[in-house]
Amino acid sequence: MRICVLIKQVPDQESVLKINADQTWIIEDNLVFTANESDTYALEEALLLKESLGGEVVVCTLGPERSGQVLKDALAKGADRAMFLQDEAFDRLDSQGAAKVLAKALGAEQFDLILLGLQADDTGDAQLGPILAEELDLPHVTLVVATEVLDGRLKVKQEQEGGWYQHIEVDLPALLTIQSGINKPRYASLRGIMAMKSKEIKQVTAADLGMGADDLTPDQSIAQLYIPPKTKDTVFLEGSPDEMVSQLVEKLANEAKVL
Amino acid sequence: MGKLLTFIQHQEGKVARTSLEALRGAQELATTLDHTLTAVVFGLESGPAELANIQLDEVLLVQAPELTTYSSEYFVAAMEAVLKAEIPHLLISSHTYQARDWLPRLACRVERPLVSDCVGYEHDGGLTWIRQVFQGKISAKVESSEGLVIVSFQSGAYRADELGSGSPSQRTMEVRLSAVPARVRPGDRFQEAKGAVDLSRAERIIAVGRGVGDEENLTMIKELAKTLQSELGSSRPVVDYGWLPHEHQVGSSGQTVSPRLYLALGVSGAIQHQVGMKNSDCIVAVNKDVNAPIFEVADYGIVADLLEIVPRLQKALEERNAD
Ligand SMILES: Cc1cc2nc3c(=O)[nH]c(=O)nc-3n(C[C@H](O)[C@H](O)[C@H](O)COP(=O)(O)OP(=O)(O)OC[C@H]3O[C@@H](n4cnc5c(N)ncnc54)[C@H](O)[C@@H]3O)c2cc1C
Repeated sequence: MRICVLIKQVPDQESVLKINADQTWIIEDNLVFTANESDTYALEEALLLKESLGGEVVVCTLGPERSGQVLKDALAKGADRAMFLQDEAFDRLDSQGAAKVLAKALGAEQFDLILLGLQADDTGDAQLGPILAEELDLPHVTLVVATEVLDGRLKVKQEQEGGWYQHIEVDLPALLTIQSGINKPRYASLRGIMAMKSKEIKQVTAADLGMGADDLTPDQSIAQLYIPPKTKDTVFLEGSPDEMVSQLVEKLANEAKVL
Repeated sequence: MGKLLTFIQHQEGKVARTSLEALRGAQELATTLDHTLTAVVFGLESGPAELANIQLDEVLLVQAPELTTYSSEYFVAAMEAVLKAEIPHLLISSHTYQARDWLPRLACRVERPLVSDCVGYEHDGGLTWIRQVFQGKISAKVESSEGLVIVSFQSGAYRADELGSGSPSQRTMEVRLSAVPARVRPGDRFQEAKGAVDLSRAERIIAVGRGVGDEENLTMIKELAKTLQSELGSSRPVVDYGWLPHEHQVGSSGQTVSPRLYLALGVSGAIQHQVGMKNSDCIVAVNKDVNAPIFEVADYGIVADLLEIVPRLQKALEERNAD
């Protein structure tokens, strides 16, 4: 099975985010970036499928120079080769724009399966997967928490709201968005890290894909970012840890009366 | 005067609560923009009871044999036909798991933007959509190009109990879907066997998030839960890591709880967690990040390292119990 995994680099969950001067993005200097959480589960699922069925795992990212790191990490974990879609013209694409670029880059490869996380934790659009499936005319299933390969098709388990699940069959080739928790993502081994150094990372630019600025004008864009104003009057307890704890116990006992 | 469509999701005729919330948002938009408002329902013979007395111009029943249960390929094709026939300015939906599955594909099919998971809008000549980015840490105003915009509203963005009342007319539209390939074939929906932990009845819950840092640190939190006579809840990552079984998970894909006390330790308060616990009577959050969204729902906040707080709280409660 030939599998492509899409991985986006996003700020680490622990990041303290600041908004830039023109209020259209965050200040990226000094931030720690990492692979988007659900994408790491998608990668692990691809590696597991390859281990049981054979084939190839190709990882692909679209992003600025720093995001090459997620490809290296994925190659070190066992992916076979990588595609790095990097071009100034790709900055600030919306999901449909990103999907158009990815469709051009991946279309010719004729993958059996494309996997990605169910949403990127930066913009949180949760759109790329189904849009890319439409661009490539592939069937898709979102929020997958288990996969099973049958003859020419997949049986997947989809997570739904409030503890419900559904089994869904989907013909191959297909695209799946993966929910966190589907597996236990591995760490790269020392051997994997050594092997990574000889694996291919193919650079792809807008010109390589025959795309220009006209193809890439977004239909939606961020006009302004701001820190959400607080609407709830949270009582913040102050002082040393000991003082905060004794105030808390006092308030829980006497104000909230929940002890 | 333009036209606004709002999609109503249902399960065997029972309308999703979040669709009614989004419908309230659609009502406000229709008033602001002076648009007509049509509720679009797929696969029902008659309008759902929940819409009978709602302020709406009409309920549009879209019918085809393929629409009785959900499948992304049929829903996309059906809505594509509806959009062609109705030519609305806006299509509104709730941002449910189902909406996540088919609306992006629809947006691509009709080559129009989907602004997803919005919490509101601003109208100042043009429309600006408000949505959360970076897991709720930052808000964004989003603009879109001229023409049809598809918008999904986050759960809780509007209140269903504020819906205006009226008496909508009803219309049906038949769509032909027999040519749509059935490459995706949904099977039965099911629930996993219930675990031993029923958090929905708990009086007090201590919820642990990723901020607990290490599985070993759970020991002292379990101890604290015992002393406080509370159940242990958790965010999703704690379950994903295998630190606690799924039956402890609170949130959109876990349990919905409303205890008297919800003590959140190292939980950031992403919307998917909040929907499961925001109706708790008293919410206490311990988090080292003052901007964590959990403080948006917390009654009491402690900005600190939970590893500094938990042992002290343990001691203080033990002393109190001894008195
Ligand atoms: C479709 C879907 C369904 C989902 N369903 C659920 C669900 O049911 N339940 C759920 O919880 N999530 C769910 N999620 C995931 C959700 O979006 C968040 O990713 C998740 O809730 C984050 O968990 P967290 O708060 O534990 O981790 P993080 O967001 O990583 O937050 C950790 C917090 O701990 C704080 N912290 C770190 N160290 C310390 C310390 N030493 N002391 C104090 N504070 C510290 C940090 O400041 C941070 O705020 C779902 C997501 C999607 C997309």
